[in-house]
Amino acid sequence: MNTVPQIFRILPEVILTVTGVLIMLIEPVMPKSASRKSMGWLSVLGTLAALGASLWQYQLPVGTAYFGTIQTDAFSVFFHVLICSIVLVSLLAAISSAPREMDTLGEYFGLVVFGAVGMLFMTSAVELLVVFIGLEISSISTYILAAFRRKSAKGPEAGIKYLLLGSFATAFFLYGIAMLFGATGTTVISQIADRLGSSHLPLLAVAGLGMILIGIGFKVSAAPFQVWTPDVYEGSPSPVVGLMSTAPKAAAFAVLLRILYGALPTLHEYWVPLLWWLSALSMTVGNLGALRQRNVKRLLAYSSIAHAGYLLAAFTALSADGIAAASFYAVTYAAMNVGIFAVVSYAGGYDDRLTLIEDYRGLAYRAPVMGGAMAFFLMSLIGIPFTGGFFGKFYVFSAALHSGFLWLGIIGLLNSGIGAFYYLRLIAALYSKPSEAAPLNQIPRPSFALLLGVFLTVAATLILGIVPGRVLAMAKAGAATFYSVSASK
Amino acid sequence: MTDSLHLWLIPIVPFAGFLVNGLVGRKLPRALVSAIALIATLIPFLQVANIWFHFSSISKPYVENLGSWIVGGAFHADFALQLDQLTMIMLLIITGVGFLIHVYSTGYMAHEDGYWRFFAYLNLFMFFMLTLVLAENFLLMFVGWEGVGLASYLLIGFYFLRDSAAQAGKKAFVVNRIGDFGFLLAMFLMISHFGSLSYHDVFAVVAQHPEWQGGFITVIALFLILGATGKSAQIPLYIWLPDAMEGPTPVSALIHAATMVTAGIYMVARTHAIFDRSPFALSTLAIIGAATAFFAATIGIVQTDIKRVLAYSTVSQLGYMVMALGVAAYSSALFHVLTHAFFKALLFLAAGSVIHAVSGEQDMRVMGGLWKKIPITFVTMTVGVVAISGIPPFAGFFSKDEILYQAFISPNGGKILWFVGLVTAFLTSFYMFRLWYMTFFGENRTPEAKHDDHSHGHSHGIHESPLVMTVPLMILAVLSAIGGFLGVPEGMWGHNEIGHFLGPILDPASRVVGEGPELALAGLSVLVGLAGWAMAHYFYYMKPELPAKLAQQFSAVHRLLENKYWIDEIYEGLIVTPLLLVSRYVLKGLIDTGIIDGAGMAAGGTAQGLGALVQRVQSGNIRSYAGWLAFGAAVLLVVTYFGFTAHFSVR
Repeated sequence: MNTVPQIFRILPEVILTVTGVLIMLIEPVMPKSASRKSMGWLSVLGTLAALGASLWQYQLPVGTAYFGTIQTDAFSVFFHVLICSIVLVSLLAAISSAPREMDTLGEYFGLVVFGAVGMLFMTSAVELLVVFIGLEISSISTYILAAFRRKSAKGPEAGIKYLLLGSFATAFFLYGIAMLFGATGTTVISQIADRLGSSHLPLLAVAGLGMILIGIGFKVSAAPFQVWTPDVYEGSPSPVVGLMSTAPKAAAFAVLLRILYGALPTLHEYWVPLLWWLSALSMTVGNLGALRQRNVKRLLAYSSIAHAGYLLAAFTALSADGIAAASFYAVTYAAMNVGIFAVVSYAGGYDDRLTLIEDYRGLAYRAPVMGGAMAFFLMSLIGIPFTGGFFGKFYVFSAALHSGFLWLGIIGLLNSGIGAFYYLRLIAALYSKPSEAAPLNQIPRPSFALLLGVFLTVAATLILGIVPGRVLAMAKAGAATFYSVSASK
Repeated sequence: MTDSLHLWLIPIVPFAGFLVNGLVGRKLPRALVSAIALIATLIPFLQVANIWFHFSSISKPYVENLGSWIVGGAFHADFALQLDQLTMIMLLIITGVGFLIHVYSTGYMAHEDGYWRFFAYLNLFMFFMLTLVLAENFLLMFVGWEGVGLASYLLIGFYFLRDSAAQAGKKAFVVNRIGDFGFLLAMFLMISHFGSLSYHDVFAVVAQHPEWQGGFITVIALFLILGATGKSAQIPLYIWLPDAMEGPTPVSALIHAATMVTAGIYMVARTHAIFDRSPFALSTLAIIGAATAFFAATIGIVQTDIKRVLAYSTVSQLGYMVMALGVAAYSSALFHVLTHAFFKALLFLAAGSVIHAVSGEQDMRVMGGLWKKIPITFVTMTVGVVAISGIPPFAGFFSKDEILYQAFISPNGGKILWFVGLVTAFLTSFYMFRLWYMTFFGENRTPEAKHDDHSHGHSHGIHESPLVMTVPLMILAVLSAIGGFLGVPEGMWGHNEIGHFLGPILDPASRVVGEGPELALAGLSVLVGLAGWAMAHYFYYMKPELPAKLAQQFSAVHRLLENKYWIDEIYEGLIVTPLLLVSRYVLKGLIDTGIIDGAGMAAGGTAQGLGALVQRVQSGNIRSYAGWLAFGAAVLLVVTYFGFTAHFSVR
């Protein structure tokens, strides 16, 4: 085990950090007039290298590094690959939609890359303080990115809201870690599981569990901790929303899976019903909230709340299949959501030329490829067969029902019926006759970077919908190595 | 043994047609678009016909595995297709009637915009429908199931610039999603109880456990019923079908009469092994079917839109089929699927030809006296009307009578079902002949008749449809006339070929069957059919002013029927409005206060923006959000702390 140099276990993180530092060093010495888009391509290269490194990590033997704080296994590598892919597409969307003359573009790309480092650490850390540091790195970069539309009043408002409420939630998370430490005397995930049985203060651990659920619930915008989501999504630049509605959430879900199944499996009597409620509530609040929205980004914000609910349903399954379903759902959700925000940032531009559903009328005629792709992603969000969204829901609810949660399945599928309603409204708008004074005419031709990004996400959504076997097998491998670590029933 | 039948070609060819027309159809001439679409449906038809001719030499069920789809863990599913007697019947209907309707459409849609789009969707529908019936496992069947819903959505909303069409498409889709969710839940339960979704495995497991009666089997069956009521437009989910008439008429004929709406019947027949174990589920089906048949027929009596009469009639006829399923007479249900496909497709296409003749008018109150002007349409539609009214020897008589007989001899409350069916038969005959008289007889009430000497901008006078439309009508008329002879029961000196054909796979081993006076019952239902005709003759031919008077006299009943029992309004009030209210007031008003109008501040620079920012922080907006967050956290912690889990089970 020790034959693997420790640095290999954090290779993707190292590559991305170097990329970020390079951007920070090169950008100031570039001529003032030069476009910063080259920095974007540099970060794309770095992300590609990190993606390659993540894939390469698959062949490493399972093991820990750096005093047992970092672990590479099929589970963490699965999420490494996912997060790098998300970052890649978000970068492409940002390159194509950011205004040429924006002078802070270099920082933008740097922040995205640094944020990714934090997310990668979240998924590979098996020690709660390292998890927390990863969470903070990713959160702080996203707070800044959320406020990046400086010329618009909505931008800073989004950033400040996200920062204040996010810090509030992070405090809960940290407090939860402290309580777990108090109950068990350790912050290493596997040791928590071992010592929990002999703990003198089991109730303290239960309280810690509650605190951690609150912190993560905020990060993944699960109800009742979702209030910030619509405002922040509305105010942030669309490419940022594409990133922050997927990658940090995927990382947070991975953390939650690791803590619940790795550290606290013996407390499942407590957390399964809690997750049941979080899931049911998120689905319902998300879908009902979206029904009346006219603003597309707010609508998608509520939709992301609903999807967090679907994903949480898989957590209740208490089986390797449940973990695999949750991981798989994270992938499908990421593919369609990053994709749809790539289209939104193309059509709406960096500063939201298009905001309301009515503004999107006729997009499919103005830009057939992009409009068609958006309709396709919406169909996947509805969950139509032959799209990834269908299998995502299929596995999640199949896992939940397999564990006997019939009602959660019923609530979930009823909710997906409601969901069809507002997604269809948007599809119908895309294909209806544009109004005369549509701002649609300002839409440029799609750039190469955008076409590439949208192509990748459409392909991913299709592949996940037609031949999901491979990704599912990878998710299952992740769940399996993980389940043997926790060794719980 | 037989060589490979290459079943996969059957759905793939229409899909190729969809791809070609969908991707480049916009740039192609219309003739080429129709050629592609027609060939893409003709090839599957020929292949199906070919299989049919040496069907007896195929070992059944014939399974064609195209490779594994999902492997691992609890279950696996393959891309696998299957052919047996049940699939064969469905394939013949879908490809045969489907092809005729495609031919008809080339004439009907000739002057419409988006010609290529129409045919692309039509081929897409064929692909999914064929997948649905060919699938060897429930997952693949569900792909087809959901896919036909999607194609139906696209075609209902074909005239998408018309608001009502877009609304109708959405309604159909959302209502169908509710049915689909039943189907999905049933699938999940099958995975967890049977460990597989393949027909072969599921039915084998069920057969191995004769002790499974009711219980979870009933739960699965009830969820399947929910799925079937969505697709086959039964109570409580029938409401989408009448609105679906917003789509072009050939679509109504193909999807909403002959094929897609029978998918629910097919699904129940396919899973009859499960239904046989649950008398409760079967009774539920029978009651749903009988109630829908009667209920829809009463609404049909007062409709004035020619297509809506046919739509309610379809709902009602599907009710017959569901009733047949409910008394475990699965092959009788399939027989009615077959004859109904003939005569209802015929009726819709003929109605389309009428509408075509009078330049798009669908209101029967402004038709009348058309029989001389459009003789072919008249004759063929007459065959359809007589067939659906259950007058021998036309097709509808034999299949409907078979269902009534099977209901009569069924041991549990069969006599009541039979009686409801008989009354419905009377109503059916009445409203169909009403349609016939209003359309073809009496005075000509069309605008053309009133202003014969005026020249109209775009109407060309009343004219018979071109041959591409009338030839399919004639073929369907012949089929509607003689199709019933496939299933003449033994009690009427026939051989019931279709019953024997489907028997090996559909007849349950231990079905309780009584005996009944088959001939007498048949005679009674013929009388009832003739009575309906006579009454329509009296009301709409001899005394055409009478219905209006009656409507006035019984205005309460008439209003009730005319407004379709206010079911749409009731659903709206009970389900849709509360959801929207919650969305608007609870979520939007209370929790989501939104961004305070930032438009005015957008102009300011950074410094000013910062000032505005502080104001905003103090505005209470963030505080209220943080308040909600803290509230949620408190609830969660309290719940965790008191560990309500011990007392509270969510399973």
